[in-house]
Amino acid sequence: MKALRKYLDKIKPNFEEGGKLHWLHSTFDAFETFLFVPNSTSRSGVHIHDARDSKRTMTIVIVALIPALLMGMYSVGLHHYMALGLEASILTKFIYGFLAVLPQIVVSYVVGLGIEFIIAQIRKEEVAEGFLVTGILIPMIVPVDTPLWMIAVATAFAVIFAKEVFGGTGYNIFNVALVTRAFLFFSYPSKMSGDQVWVRTADTFGMGKGTVIDGFSGATPLGQLATTGAGSFGEFTFQGITGQPLSISDMFFGFIPGSIGEVSTFAILLGAALLIMTGVGSWKTMLSVFLGGAVAVVLVNLFAQNAIMEMPVQYHFLLGGFAFGAIFMATDPVTSARTEKGKWIYGFLIGLLAITIRVFNPGYPEGMMLAILFMNAFAPLIDFYVIDGNIKRRLKRAAPSK
Amino acid sequence: MALSSKTKAVLLGPLSKNNPIIVQVLGICSALAVTSKLEPSLVMAIAVTIVTAFANMIISLLRKSIPNRIRIIVQLVVVASLVTIVSEVLKAYSYDVNKQLSVFVGLIVTNCILMGRLEAFALGNGPWPSFLDGIGNGLGYGWILVVVGFFRELLGSGTLMNFQVIPDALYEMGYENNGLMVLAPMALLLVGCIIWIHRANNKELQEKTN
Repeated sequence: MKALRKYLDKIKPNFEEGGKLHWLHSTFDAFETFLFVPNSTSRSGVHIHDARDSKRTMTIVIVALIPALLMGMYSVGLHHYMALGLEASILTKFIYGFLAVLPQIVVSYVVGLGIEFIIAQIRKEEVAEGFLVTGILIPMIVPVDTPLWMIAVATAFAVIFAKEVFGGTGYNIFNVALVTRAFLFFSYPSKMSGDQVWVRTADTFGMGKGTVIDGFSGATPLGQLATTGAGSFGEFTFQGITGQPLSISDMFFGFIPGSIGEVSTFAILLGAALLIMTGVGSWKTMLSVFLGGAVAVVLVNLFAQNAIMEMPVQYHFLLGGFAFGAIFMATDPVTSARTEKGKWIYGFLIGLLAITIRVFNPGYPEGMMLAILFMNAFAPLIDFYVIDGNIKRRLKRAAPSK
Repeated sequence: MALSSKTKAVLLGPLSKNNPIIVQVLGICSALAVTSKLEPSLVMAIAVTIVTAFANMIISLLRKSIPNRIRIIVQLVVVASLVTIVSEVLKAYSYDVNKQLSVFVGLIVTNCILMGRLEAFALGNGPWPSFLDGIGNGLGYGWILVVVGFFRELLGSGTLMNFQVIPDALYEMGYENNGLMVLAPMALLLVGCIIWIHRANNKELQEKTN
């Protein structure tokens, strides 16, 4: 550590005003503050220093995402070997999944951070930490077979048009990871939905070669339900990729096809526990998303006319991106409502809208992405009225009626 | 033909510093709607240029005899007749493009650029400068449409003027057309990008930040 510090101190003058590598100042600064705690603090005014700076917040979110990421990787390997009809150990399955997902993570980080570094350099600003979380979220919310160049294009699009044009980390209106997914969803629908993209059948770096067995179907449970001919939910059974029936516990632990992050509700809840315990994610937003979803499902169930309208509430929460969106996307501190009362309204409407889109629009079996993006746009409005109401209430209290 | 500096400003100003779309932000509606392919964008650009130029000239000729209180009605009559002529010509000679443009040919009547030029320029200037002003504004509108149409067709459909330009080899390597390019939101983003580049190159267009 000492040697590293010494080395940094030795090369530092090059990057300061007048140094020959001054144009790389932001890059140097980013690495220095990443490696060592900066010893410069504000010199004016009164400041309270707290251990929870944005770097630590980001780190905690990433740690909270790890269980879901690992379960997702295992699920990728599990489904791959199931689709090929091969026997493999748990470790082999996991390694296969790890190798399949790794390139996506690398591409997302390289492209996103690359653009952030370049823009920080041009604007002579510090490199912000915002992309650390976005970079891991992107591979977790797209199908495992999404081509890498598509992830690169979509990441570049989202970082530039959803974040940097608004002023960078902390100023974006829409969740950057979800904008990436929305871009992919509307640009390349054939790679983002349907029953061909959720299970990786090709080999990864020569691992797990084989041919797909007969009777294989890669549709997600929600996709199956959206296209089913069954007249009622009672006649319908969810099927795994080889036609085996799926139980509630399969859905809970993540043995279903889907995006990497969303499959295992169990792992997502582990992450949620960490976020709530450390105070990084708001439990109010999370709870109100589920409440909103539950209300919508109960209402829809009352007037049910087909299988998806009859689906009970626990399936809605376990399937698709509902839980993942509620825990990791809706709670994004930048794009969600900031007032405490506003969080309840914001979350509730996300849940309501997500279920509504899911049930009533057969074109989009998944409604969570659109619901959150839509409510992102309304979060400032909600905050405005909550604060406005607060001011009015207090004015009334301060000046009693004549 | 040498142009005086004033005529030059009238003709060339709308192409860049005074562009109707990227500086005044007028005529966005049709710019988003017709630019999914290059061909309709070109046709629309030509149609708007012709209608604006001749409407400007006719209104300028009539400007001394139009009663002020009914000038909008007179303008509409002139514009509507010109638009009808253009629409009939399109139907006769390129029916397919006319169908792609659908209502937007008819809606040239309500194009903000057109009405704006009639009100702001033709009513106060002679016929020749008005005609040039119409050409300038039409072209200023047109080149944005063509640029947006070019990128949307190239990236959204892989073609230009309906000829495939992206080689099949690229598709075999896994390239896919971008479906979002065909939808209107991407046109808005492309116009935004043009505004971005334009303002970055013209410091006098940038507002002062505090």
